[in-house]
Amino acid sequence: MLRFFASRLLQSLLALIIIITATFFMLRFVPGGPFTTEKAVTPEILRNLEAHYGLDQPLWKQYLDYLGSLARGDFGPSFKYPNRTVNEILADKLPVSLELGVLSLLVALLIGLPLGILAAVRRNTWVDYVASSFGMVGISIPTFVVGPLLVLALAIHLGWFNASGWYSPIDRMLPCLVLGIAYAAPISRLTRGGMLEVLSQDFIRTARAKGASELRVVMRHSLKGGLLPVVSFLGPAIAGILTGSFVIETIFQIPGIGREFVNSAFNRDYTLVLGTVILYAVLIMALNLAADVVQAWMNPKVRLEA
Amino acid sequence: MRRSASIVSLGVSLLAVFAVISGGCRARDTAVEQGLRDQILHRGFSPDIADLDPHVAMMVSDYGVISAFFEGLVAEDPRDLHPVPGVAERWTVSADATAYTFHLRADARWSNGDPVTAADFLASWRRALTPSFGCENAALLYVVRGAADFHQGRTTRFADVGFAAPDARTVVITLDRPTPYFLSLLQHWVWWPVHLPTLEKAGNPYARGTRWTRPETFVGNGPFRLKEWTIGQRIVGVKSDTYWDAATVRLRELRLYPMEDINAEERAFRGGQLHVTEAVPAAKIDAYRAAATGELRMDPALGTYFYRLNVKHPFLEKREVRQALALAVDREAIVTRILRGTQVASAAFTPSGVAGYEPPQGLEYNPDAARARLAAAGYPGGQGAPTFELLFNTSENHRAIAEALQEMWRRELGLSVRLVSMEGRTVLDARRTRQFQLLRSSWVGDYADPMTFLAVWRAASGNNYTGWQSPAYEALLDRAEDTRLPEERCRLLREAEGMLLQDAPLIPLYRYTHVYLLHPGVRGWHSNPMGRHPYKRVWLEPTR
Repeated sequence: MLRFFASRLLQSLLALIIIITATFFMLRFVPGGPFTTEKAVTPEILRNLEAHYGLDQPLWKQYLDYLGSLARGDFGPSFKYPNRTVNEILADKLPVSLELGVLSLLVALLIGLPLGILAAVRRNTWVDYVASSFGMVGISIPTFVVGPLLVLALAIHLGWFNASGWYSPIDRMLPCLVLGIAYAAPISRLTRGGMLEVLSQDFIRTARAKGASELRVVMRHSLKGGLLPVVSFLGPAIAGILTGSFVIETIFQIPGIGREFVNSAFNRDYTLVLGTVILYAVLIMALNLAADVVQAWMNPKVRLEA
Repeated sequence: MRRSASIVSLGVSLLAVFAVISGGCRARDTAVEQGLRDQILHRGFSPDIADLDPHVAMMVSDYGVISAFFEGLVAEDPRDLHPVPGVAERWTVSADATAYTFHLRADARWSNGDPVTAADFLASWRRALTPSFGCENAALLYVVRGAADFHQGRTTRFADVGFAAPDARTVVITLDRPTPYFLSLLQHWVWWPVHLPTLEKAGNPYARGTRWTRPETFVGNGPFRLKEWTIGQRIVGVKSDTYWDAATVRLRELRLYPMEDINAEERAFRGGQLHVTEAVPAAKIDAYRAAATGELRMDPALGTYFYRLNVKHPFLEKREVRQALALAVDREAIVTRILRGTQVASAAFTPSGVAGYEPPQGLEYNPDAARARLAAAGYPGGQGAPTFELLFNTSENHRAIAEALQEMWRRELGLSVRLVSMEGRTVLDARRTRQFQLLRSSWVGDYADPMTFLAVWRAASGNNYTGWQSPAYEALLDRAEDTRLPEERCRLLREAEGMLLQDAPLIPLYRYTHVYLLHPGVRGWHSNPMGRHPYKRVWLEPTR
């Protein structure tokens, strides 16, 4: 287990360096720069701005300088927000996205798991049909449709919530609900599928034959195996949900990291793009690793292969 | 069946929770209603401001934020933008109109209580002109004698620049030539003062990237002081009691929200979170019109939507070709069918009615004349003409307009046009390197004078990009700069613009209208072409 862990960690580190390098150089080869703006600045101003940020140095030196400051944990200054560092921006916005993500994930699990389990246990009854329809509808309708519709109904017509913003606890409800539902749908379908497979196996019949209650059959015997597909889905899904959703953050005007990730690229805010990319990469790798470990723990077959 | 029963009970309890929440929230006033009673203005703006530093902020919309916290020598009357006293209580102009003497009011104060002095202004201008600072709007100070030399490093002696402070309450500015729009120019925030002692505490005041604009350290001299600035979320200002004209200020608080998405902004407006929006989604305009609630505002703006033509391109270098293209554009059709009548068709580059200026007619829609010009250029009926490209940054609106142009040129002139859509900065880069044939463009004036438009087409202007230049055109502009008779000046400028439009390095399509939503409870909010609404003249009144 330890060797498995160490080798995966090394692989991740290598991948991270490749990601940083590729992002750094790809950014520089994209046309336009941080100071390419609608209104022209004079060549003198442009030269001075580039000198201030070290963009007048040869590219290889900029790259090494960047790696050097990265090693010290310094992501550099932002180009778009001259009085903020990338560290500050990430520290400001990541907690917002994390909060949104954790709450949405809770919503997703609280809706998705019970629905999936119920659908599997009550297969081909109306419960199953309702749950499965929810799954299909939730997967097919994107958040940028569900979000504005809920805002229209609950915020504008009923006046229960604010239409946008992230100020009071009640502002968390709508965005978390929308994002949660989007993830609840695939979770419920995967849970149903996984549970059905386990429930049709011999050891479940044995358990039933021995007189185990339905609750015990589900909770004690089939849940662990039935949730395997959900766990492998959750690794990348959690990474996605925690690092913020550009769509949700835009619809509800939430100052999270997802919006920065997209906008920094449009702004050619080199350092901020790199900062968000590194953050995403680390999170995704860490969560994939965690998913592998959990899977190994849940599934003996995976453990043997490792 | 026990489980089904539990689902039902879960559903019932969920409904109950919602009922409680709704019961609790229904009684609650919206932010807008509460604001009307408490004089708290909620305003959406976009794009987000990069910094509250007047020497760093550069977007036109930044005025709406910066003006809450700073004030320059002169301010503007929101009805017609004529200069009114700001920090300067009065001023005099020398006989040759090149020296302005401003007398600062004794009670002008920074938000920390310090008096606003002539030295503050000089230090601020020095900062804006310091080459290594990289102030993007520094070129607006070039009208001052020696300012360009200092900024471009030809001299390092700031004393050589035409700024002087004979005493703590007098500022003298010496210009290169009489500049009739100088007072309008002073309304631009790049001329506004910063408090050097505050900046010094945060680091080198002549370098960018210091943190003095954080609420903890911020010092300004405007009608509001900064209370909160959460990036991407909101900027809050509260009425400043050190402001010299605090008695006029009726708003108690100002909450400015950077709105990234105009659809979200519109929903926030309808949900009672905003008194004022920056824009309205095009699809919603008809609904607001039909509802006739008086919330939809359409203020003529100081901006033009146009296409740049690369006059170095083998096909477009022929003047007749450019004229033919301009003459074949049915601007009315674009404005009424695509833009739903919100914008104003215009074949001229400079918007009318600014500083008494009326632009010449330009190449109006005339398909017959267009065909004749194209034939004269050697392409009768479009025969032998190469396919050319129309470049625009990705946006539904730009695409719709480009498609209309494509169709008009095909129908009227038999020309074939290819549409190319690219991401914003990629287009700007293509513009910089002149890798375009026809390029969608826009220009928004920096100050209320035709010169902010016509100077774009000088060969040395960094904003020309077309490769077009004309010594005769520049001579006319120079003469206009030197004349002190307003009518003569307008005549010279009109002649210059006529020359420009006939040469057609550009095809103007329409004049911008600022379309936005305004709650009827907002008072003192006047329509003006710069979209400037000084907060000290704005107040709120409950509407029911």
